[in-house]
Amino acid sequence: MEKRVTFKGIWLPILLVLPQIVITAVFFFYPAGQAVWQSLFIPDPFGLSMQWVGLGNFEYLFSDPYYRASFVTTAVFSILVTVVSMGVALYLALLADRLIKGAGAYRTLLIWPYAVAPAVAGVLWLFMFNTRVGVVSWYLGLLGYDWNHVLNEGEAMGLVVVASAWGRISYNFLFFLAGLQAIPKSVIEAAAIDGAHFWTRFRTIVFPLLSPTTFFLLVVNIIYAFFETFGVIHTITSGGPQQATTILVYKVFSDGFVGQDLGSSAAQSVVLLFLVSILTVVQFKFIERRVHY
Amino acid sequence: MKYSTSFIAGAAVLCSAQTAFAQTEIEFWHAFTGRLGELVAEQVETFNASQNDYTVVASHKGNYSETLNAGIAAFRAGEQPDILMVFEVGTATMMGAKGAVKPVYEVMEDAGAEFDQSKYIGSVKGYYTSADGNMLSLPFNSSTPVLWVNRDMLEEAGIDPDTDLSTWENVGATLDQLKEAGVDCPMTTAWQSWIQLENMSAYHDVPFATKDNGFGGTDTELVFNSPAQVAHISALGDWAKEGKFIYAGRRNEGGANFRSGECALFTESSAGYAGIKAEAEFAFDVRPLPYWSELVDEPQNTIIGGASLWVMEGQTDEEYKAVAAFLNFLSSPEIQAKWHQDTGYLPITTEAGEKTRADGFYDENPGTDIAVIQMTANEPTNNSKGLRLGSFDQIRGIIDEELEAVWAGDKDAQAALDSAVERGNALLRRFESSQR
Repeated sequence: MEKRVTFKGIWLPILLVLPQIVITAVFFFYPAGQAVWQSLFIPDPFGLSMQWVGLGNFEYLFSDPYYRASFVTTAVFSILVTVVSMGVALYLALLADRLIKGAGAYRTLLIWPYAVAPAVAGVLWLFMFNTRVGVVSWYLGLLGYDWNHVLNEGEAMGLVVVASAWGRISYNFLFFLAGLQAIPKSVIEAAAIDGAHFWTRFRTIVFPLLSPTTFFLLVVNIIYAFFETFGVIHTITSGGPQQATTILVYKVFSDGFVGQDLGSSAAQSVVLLFLVSILTVVQFKFIERRVHY
Repeated sequence: MKYSTSFIAGAAVLCSAQTAFAQTEIEFWHAFTGRLGELVAEQVETFNASQNDYTVVASHKGNYSETLNAGIAAFRAGEQPDILMVFEVGTATMMGAKGAVKPVYEVMEDAGAEFDQSKYIGSVKGYYTSADGNMLSLPFNSSTPVLWVNRDMLEEAGIDPDTDLSTWENVGATLDQLKEAGVDCPMTTAWQSWIQLENMSAYHDVPFATKDNGFGGTDTELVFNSPAQVAHISALGDWAKEGKFIYAGRRNEGGANFRSGECALFTESSAGYAGIKAEAEFAFDVRPLPYWSELVDEPQNTIIGGASLWVMEGQTDEEYKAVAAFLNFLSSPEIQAKWHQDTGYLPITTEAGEKTRADGFYDENPGTDIAVIQMTANEPTNNSKGLRLGSFDQIRGIIDEELEAVWAGDKDAQAALDSAVERGNALLRRFESSQR
């Protein structure tokens, strides 16, 4: 049974979607095309000359073991940020969902960190964990733990993950809470009457019913960890120590805007473009199957 | 300057309505905020008030990297400023941009302005001159690394605060004493690549890169993994392991530790003076950067860091005349001496240094002339003139990473420097092909 509205001519539909197409072309396809085009050259920073190198930029990139290592760093970082920010958000949302008094205030307070810009969040966490004057590192020192993210790679990664996940928890919390409140109370009550404990109810009813929200957040958070965390990394570690926190996007920035190597930077953008397309396809093809709408 | 200032000021008020049209306006993009930003604004105001023909409009465009990027983006759009401030590591990029920049000596020549290049201090201008000795940009703020000493801490540790710290051997012995006395941070450093590798090489007259540190062409290769540098990094690495050298970060994070009285010795730019003087609640000293007496009998000169002013292509002759007048104004002894005394940056002309001494500034602020002496003690050699390497900001990043591996004990000095050289050379080859 087709219930779709259909147009008779071809021109009216084209006219109607034209604004969308124009916007997509100007703001998405054109810059992406430029990136692909530039990745085939080694340009001089001032745009005075361009050397055609074909796939030379890509060869150069993939022959660099530090660039290949950056993929692993990015994967570790993105997975950690996603798991931490979604896990904590889900936990808080479960608690907030059961609140009867003061739920509004609790929710409002939890949402605040989302308004903090990533770079500022980075500075905040950096202050707390500053190896010499930070409050947290001072207390850790009292406990006999010598915190030094300036030289310790694991600690540096931990710090940027926490700083990146922190603001994100608020965002995820909002969606999880909305998702939880959309689950019919009657289903849960029925399960409770049948004798299912909280954990069983969560595993068999709540979590499956929450899966559309979880899936949406998974996609959005991975994209966030890939592209928007760069302010945090820039302020806290600048990609160090050694290359412990140099994720792919940070390298695009530092090679392009600090190093003026626009060819390599463009090539890296193209690689990222592919990576994200593959990731999105994988997510929709394999994970979405397990989502119950 | 035939008329008295009061006459000019009076004339300026009277003629302001007419001159508003006749004045040539030039744009000057810089990277200074805070106190330095105010001092730049003051220089510009003084210039604008000193004559009626030209107006300089100064704008702050972010930090060094951002200012350079703003200049590049503006050039691509055909909207470049007349004068752009570029940090020293961007020198090779600017030099390579023939058709985007107009060398300062040419600007001066074409404008018919008075320009005596011999007035400028050799080791300061050397960083920015062409192979045949012509100045391509005008040094603006230049500094050089020195050793800062917390005298109170030495005394508390039972060490004579006037102890000789001119060599790294002596510094090593002092660090031992400090550690034994229970000091948590005997020594720290700022800008590790600049101080512990670039300046270390120049100071001991060993090459950092082939082709006269890149002055001779873009086909230069890094060679800072020679025994001299390896010995130095290796010693620092041992000190780091023994808790005598504390690594605080890639930039000047260590400054906070020194100013708060936590670290006894600190290698940092001479321009750290203003901050240390303002914050330190202890007696401090400025000493020359130490050298290894086992490597040389006496040290060469150190090299500079900081920024210079580049003149961009594509402006009118009138504007270039204005630029020439402004650059000459900045180089005048009064303005330079004031800048040197206010900021701790090096004077760019010999005259300004002499004026500062005559003003009695060095007597009132002991140690402030150490940097000048250290820079000018010897005629610079091909190893100590400066560095001219493409992609140098990124190469510094690589050096930072490899040095961190040494401080963390993950790599020995030789392996780390070998790897830095190899990775840096790959970037130099890319820069070379972008310049063809």
